[in-house]
Amino acid sequence: MDAIGMVKRQSFYETPSPAGLKGIWAWLLTRDHKRLALMYLWAIMLWLCIALLIGLSLRIELMWPGGTIMKAETYNAMFTLHGVIMIFLFVIPAIPAVFGNFFLPIQIGADDVFFPRLNLMSWYLFMFGGGFAIISLFSGKGFPDTGWTFYVPFSVTTKTNVSLTVTAAFILGMSSMLTGLNFITTVHRMRTKGMGWMQIPLFTWSLYATAWVQLLATPVISITFVLVILERFLRIGLFDPAKGGDPLLYQHLFWMYSHPAVYIMVLPGMGVVSEIIPIFSRKSIFGYKAIVYSSLAIAIAGSLVWAHHMFTSGISDVSIFVFSLLTYLVAIPSAVKVFSWVSTMYKGSIQMTPPLLLALAFIYLFSVGGLTGLLLGAAGTNVYVHDTQFVVSHFHFTMFGGTGFAFFAALHFWWPKMFGLMYNMKRAYIAVILTTIGFIFHFIPMMILGLMGMPRRYFDYLPQYATGNFLAGFGGFMIIAGVGLMFTNLLLSFREKNLAADDPWGGTTLEWSIPSPPPLHNFVGVPEVKSFPYDFSMVGKDAAPTIQTRETDERTS
Amino acid sequence: MWLFLYSEIILFGGLFVLYAAYFHEYPKNFAESGRELNRIIGSLNTVILLISSFTVAASLTAIQRGAKRLALSLITFSILCGATFLTIKYFEWGKHIREGVYPNSQVLQNGPPGNNIFFGLYYVITGLHGLHVIIGMTLLTISLVFILTGRVNERHFSMLENAGLYWHLVDLIWIFVFPLFYLVL
Amino acid sequence: MEKEAGTGQPEERMHVTGYRELLAIIMALLALTGITVAVSYVHLGFFNVPIALFVASIKSSLVLLFFMHLKYEGRAIKISLLSTIAFLFVMISFIFWDVAFR
Repeated sequence: MDAIGMVKRQSFYETPSPAGLKGIWAWLLTRDHKRLALMYLWAIMLWLCIALLIGLSLRIELMWPGGTIMKAETYNAMFTLHGVIMIFLFVIPAIPAVFGNFFLPIQIGADDVFFPRLNLMSWYLFMFGGGFAIISLFSGKGFPDTGWTFYVPFSVTTKTNVSLTVTAAFILGMSSMLTGLNFITTVHRMRTKGMGWMQIPLFTWSLYATAWVQLLATPVISITFVLVILERFLRIGLFDPAKGGDPLLYQHLFWMYSHPAVYIMVLPGMGVVSEIIPIFSRKSIFGYKAIVYSSLAIAIAGSLVWAHHMFTSGISDVSIFVFSLLTYLVAIPSAVKVFSWVSTMYKGSIQMTPPLLLALAFIYLFSVGGLTGLLLGAAGTNVYVHDTQFVVSHFHFTMFGGTGFAFFAALHFWWPKMFGLMYNMKRAYIAVILTTIGFIFHFIPMMILGLMGMPRRYFDYLPQYATGNFLAGFGGFMIIAGVGLMFTNLLLSFREKNLAADDPWGGTTLEWSIPSPPPLHNFVGVPEVKSFPYDFSMVGKDAAPTIQTRETDERTS
Repeated sequence: MWLFLYSEIILFGGLFVLYAAYFHEYPKNFAESGRELNRIIGSLNTVILLISSFTVAASLTAIQRGAKRLALSLITFSILCGATFLTIKYFEWGKHIREGVYPNSQVLQNGPPGNNIFFGLYYVITGLHGLHVIIGMTLLTISLVFILTGRVNERHFSMLENAGLYWHLVDLIWIFVFPLFYLVL
Repeated sequence: MEKEAGTGQPEERMHVTGYRELLAIIMALLALTGITVAVSYVHLGFFNVPIALFVASIKSSLVLLFFMHLKYEGRAIKISLLSTIAFLFVMISFIFWDVAFR
């Protein structure tokens, strides 16, 4: 197994691409998908930390009735900022841009994505978009107070700096679209010889399905945002009832993108979990094809259900009926996945590791999120809980409990591969448990508050909601502590220098067959494709199901 | 390139969604406003774009067969067609604006709501389309330069091919814009 | 999709459409334009819009198939284009669940 390891191992850290670039330029001008992925990683982790702290400040504000640490206007701007950063700068790009960029080419045995320069451009667009968001924060009349949805007519009439923020979101959309375009082309054109469609690892499959949604749905939001900007400058009145417009059509257009975007957010997370579960169950994935097809089904069905965000907006009864029905259909492929994961673990020889623990938390939290989604998808109950804390809690269960935890899981799962370093297991466990418990402490009270009738986006509340809000704030601190410990632990691995083996988990997909960290062109020899990507019968001998770390540094460089 | 075109189709698709919904709401106003647009000029522009599309397609054939000079002149002709299209569009917009028909103008504010929406959409869609014509012309100019320097030749023509695809897309969108705005009755 | 075509890449192969074929297509397109403009002068009430859109669809198919060489492209592009159009169709039609029944 270490035959390659004996030869001179030069990881992509030592070989810049294009060759000859030095220092910081080796990063800023690189076309290497791995370097780009790492640049995304640091940017995204920074955004996540900022948005988490903003979220915490919101919850501190709500811990006691009345104004505590900020004014109502600030609160409005803060929750918008929290939403915009989390959605556009963390949840949507997190898994595709970081782990997709890093591992999609490797998993299909390619040496890079199909358009490496376009990939670099996507990164710059991402950074520019983020920069625009920061500028809009400190310029004009302050950051928008509209919520991340930018609903008209308020977004058109408010004095705050909506135009700039919307431009930022437009640019970020472009970045995400180009990444999707790149992935689709890569999967079609760059698969190594012998890898048919049914030999593609599930993570790549989920990214492929996501990429299609990114490509086809993102332009809708682009044009919607363009219209918001035009309305602000020209007052055409396309969404203004006084001028013959229909504000509901804005909501239609907005959710035509933003509902599929929900699946852009969660599908890659499901892909990550589909990779982690079989490895630590030492058992082939149950229902590979079912998972593949359910990914595609989610991508397709997810594009048909947008109006369920608008049940109380005044859309017609017929459409409420139709969209409620369609919404229930999305639950089917999601459930297929959950059943597949659970069945994979059934009678497997489960080996607990931080990534698996995170994946299990994902399944649990995401299921809660999905099931509360059914409550919201049903038109009758929706009317009761719409725009309450229940909704906030629901989508945090899917977005944070789902995608967020999948992102953490992916971090712990692929960290040894990306950096060649193993983190401290004990600290990782503590961090995961702390985050999960904090999460439940945070969002379950919000769910109950919602059922009691507390609306979302309110700065103040009636005294009967005080206990729940205090508990939620308490949970917020636990989450921050947990995530802080998690990231510190990961960063400490750079100091501890506990080197990881090439295949520390005993994985079967192609990324585990190459050195950690990977060399510039990913593969030293021709990648060997198995007829089934999750065949554990072959790895049993040399990859013992114990966590392997390399004690001595074999790298001669 | 095709994948990028899909996203362009959907970009305009968002506007067509609005068009469909509002047409359903104000069929009378839409027909009435549509008659205010000059059908002859619209048809002329359609013909110009169609012909330019043809010359772009022909230039690709020319470059594949190694007829460099023919390709160059065909592309130049297409770019000129694009410029003519924009000029005509400019005068058309100018005429409407002089008549007081522009976004948020008094004429539209006081008229029936459907007219305002019609012209709002008209300006947004033709404006966005015009922007795409400019982008298309830029791409064609780049291909032109590449043919001159020899980077695009009978073996490596994908730059021209992609520019051409983009140009055809611009044409494709106009094929739908034209009847929807100029020919509604 | 060879966007990155530099000088070092292998020769690109593609179907070459003859001038004659292209000329026939442009003639058909111009004729259809003539038809659709002519029809617009005849008042058919409800049928005007469907006819105009039908002609537009034929025209766009011609452009797609021949000018854009779709006819000679692989299956992946054909299917994906069709799904794009299907998605557009869904966008437009599903909105009528709302606006038509309000």
